[in-house]
Amino acid sequence: MEPYKNHTSTAALMNRSNVDTDQIIPKQFLKRVERSGFGAHLFHDWRFNDDGSDNPDFELNKAEFQSAKILVTGDNFGCGSSREHAPWAIADYGFNTIISSSYADIFYNNCFKNGILPIRATPEQLRLIAEEINAHEGCSLTINLEMQTVETPLGNNFAFDLDPFRKENLLHGLDDIGLTMKQTDKIDEYEQKHRRLYPWLWT
Amino acid sequence: MKKTMYEKIWDSHLVCEAAGQAPLVYVDRHLMHEVTSPQAFEGLRNANRKIRNPHSILATMDHCVPTKDRELPIADPIARKQIETMADNCRENGLNLYDIKNPNNGVIHIVVPEHGFVHPGMITVCGDSHTATHGAFGALAFGIGTSEVEHVMATQTLPQTKSKTMLVKVDGKLPKYSSAKDIVLAVIGKIGTAGGTGHVIEFAGEAVMDLTMEGRMTLCNMAIEGGARAGLVMPDEKTYEYLKGREFTPSGAEWDTALAYWKTLPSDEGAEFDTVVTLTADDIAPQVTWGTSPEQVAPVSGTVPSPEDFNDEGKRQACISALNYMDLEPKTKITDIPVNLVFLGSCTNGRIEDFRIAAEVTKSHKVADGVTAIAVPGSYKVKEQAEQEGLDKILIDAGWEWRDPGCSMCLAMNGDELTPGQRSASTSNRNFEGRQGKGGRTHLVSPAMAAAAATAGHFVDIRNL
Repeated sequence: MEPYKNHTSTAALMNRSNVDTDQIIPKQFLKRVERSGFGAHLFHDWRFNDDGSDNPDFELNKAEFQSAKILVTGDNFGCGSSREHAPWAIADYGFNTIISSSYADIFYNNCFKNGILPIRATPEQLRLIAEEINAHEGCSLTINLEMQTVETPLGNNFAFDLDPFRKENLLHGLDDIGLTMKQTDKIDEYEQKHRRLYPWLWT
Repeated sequence: MKKTMYEKIWDSHLVCEAAGQAPLVYVDRHLMHEVTSPQAFEGLRNANRKIRNPHSILATMDHCVPTKDRELPIADPIARKQIETMADNCRENGLNLYDIKNPNNGVIHIVVPEHGFVHPGMITVCGDSHTATHGAFGALAFGIGTSEVEHVMATQTLPQTKSKTMLVKVDGKLPKYSSAKDIVLAVIGKIGTAGGTGHVIEFAGEAVMDLTMEGRMTLCNMAIEGGARAGLVMPDEKTYEYLKGREFTPSGAEWDTALAYWKTLPSDEGAEFDTVVTLTADDIAPQVTWGTSPEQVAPVSGTVPSPEDFNDEGKRQACISALNYMDLEPKTKITDIPVNLVFLGSCTNGRIEDFRIAAEVTKSHKVADGVTAIAVPGSYKVKEQAEQEGLDKILIDAGWEWRDPGCSMCLAMNGDELTPGQRSASTSNRNFEGRQGKGGRTHLVSPAMAAAAATAGHFVDIRNL
C-alpha cells in the first residue's frame, strides 16, 4: 500500500446522507475476481443514464469536480454491505480522502486497508465546508494527516480525531498482515490455551 | 467487575495488545462465499502465505447461483468464473465447501446454523455484513472486508477496536402475527440506520427470549441495518436444544464441558451498557418499509409520512427523495400500496418457520392477478423439509414459483431481479435504491405479510384476516 501523503486537492461535494454500498458500487459489478477496475462503475446507477451516457445532474459529473481527490459527503456514508469493492471503486476513481460526519463501521475499516483517509467532521464543520464548496465549486482543500487537519480557502479549518494505529499504518503504507505476523508467537501461545479450553473446536 | 456478554467474549479472545497496534483478537470461525473471497485468496498467493487453520472455515456458494435450471451451466460468464474460482480456491486449500450441487448448499447464514458450525462465545467472521445472524447463538459474529478475510486466513486473528455496548430490551409479549422481523424493523425505525454505529447490540427482554432460535437469527441478522456490527442474544435452553446433535456440535464429555462454558456467557446481572433502548412488544404491529432505507418504516395500520413530519432536515430530505424514488404520495394508507412481485427468502427469512407461516397464510388462496410470487428456500435442507411438510404444494397450488436455494432477489446478483418500476413485498433486509434491480421498489416485510400481499395484490393487515 502507498503511504498517504499530505496534499492540496479539489474537493467534490455529494451532499447526500446514508449513501449505501449498493449505490457506491451496484451488485452487478461484484462478480469480478480482481481488485482493480471498479472505478469505472463507481456510483453507476446515479452517474450514468440508461443509454450509458453521463447523467449531467449527478454531482460528480460536474466539470469542476473532475480531478477531485477529496469526496465531501453526508452522514452515515458507506452503510449496507461489507463489500470492499466500495473502497476499491472509490480509490480506483481517484479519491484518497472522504469527509463526512459519520461512516458505517465496516466501510470505515475497509478504507484504511486501501489507503483512503475517512475524516470524521462534526455536523457543523461538514455544513460549513459543504457551503464553501457550493459557493466555490472546484476549490481545493489541504489535508495534513500528521497534524490531523483540514484547511479550506475561506478558513473553515478544523482538526479531526483518528485512531493512532490507523494513522501510523496509513502514513507508512504498512501491511496489516505483516504486522500481525510479527506476533505469531503470541498467536501460537493463545492457540495452545484455546486447544486446552475448547478442544471440541479442534476436532 | 460485572461484564456484558460482549465484554466476556472480547476478553477471552484477546491475543495481545502490542505497543502502537490495535488489540489483536482470535477468530474461531470463518465463513465464506464466492463474492468477497477471491481477491483474498489471490492476496495470499501473491504473498506466498498459507491458511493458518483451514478447519475453521466453512464455505458456500450463494450470491451468484441461479435458483432455477440449476443443472445447466451458469449463463453469465463472469458469475460462472467467480463460482469456478471459489471451487478452485477451496480445493487448493483443502476447505470445506458446500458447492452448488452439494445437498448442503444454501445461503451461508442459513447453512452454518443447520450444521451447528457456530457456538455460543465464539468469534465468527465472514466477508458479509449479515454475519450478525449468528449472534442468535450468543456468538460475536460480524462482517469484514476482503482485506480482513485475507488477514484472518493468514493469521486467524484480526486487529480490532473495542465496540461500545447497546442493550435493546423488548419487554412484554409479541401480538399474534407480529414476528422477529417486525421487532427488528421497529427497533431500526426507532434508533435509525446509524443508531447502532460503533456498538454491539445485545437483544434482551421477554419478547426476545420468547422467540425461537430462527426468530433470534432474523433479529440479529438485521442488527447491521441498525448500524451495529453485531447483535447478540444470550444462550439459553433453546440454544442448547437447537445445537445438540448437529454435525459440528460437541458430543459426550465435550458437550458437558462446552455447556458449562456456554452457561457462563450471559451478561452479569447489573452489567452496564453504554446505551439502553427499550420497546414494548405488545405495541409492535406488522411493519412495512415505505422508503429506501430500513429506518423508513411504518406499522401496516399506518400511512406513508409527509416530509414535514420530520423535524431533522436530513431526514426530511431523505423522505422527499425516497417518496420520489418509490413513487408514493404522502398520507397513502400502507394497505393501499399495490405490489407486483413477492419475494420470500434470504438469510433474514429463508428458514423453515418462514415457509410454514407463509403457507399457513396462503392456504386455499390464490396469488392475485398480475402478481409474481417467488419462494426461494435458504438451503436445500430447508427446501427438502418444506417439501416433506407439503408447504411447497400449498404455495405452488396458489401460484407461487418454488425455486432452488440462494440469495436470489435479496441483492439480485444472480439474474432474479425487479424490472424498473416494479414494486416488491420482500422478506429480505435492504430496501436501498436499485438493490433488487435498477428502478425496482422494495418494501421490506415479514413472511406472513409477504404471503398476504401475494394473495391480495396489496399490503393487508394480517391481524384482520
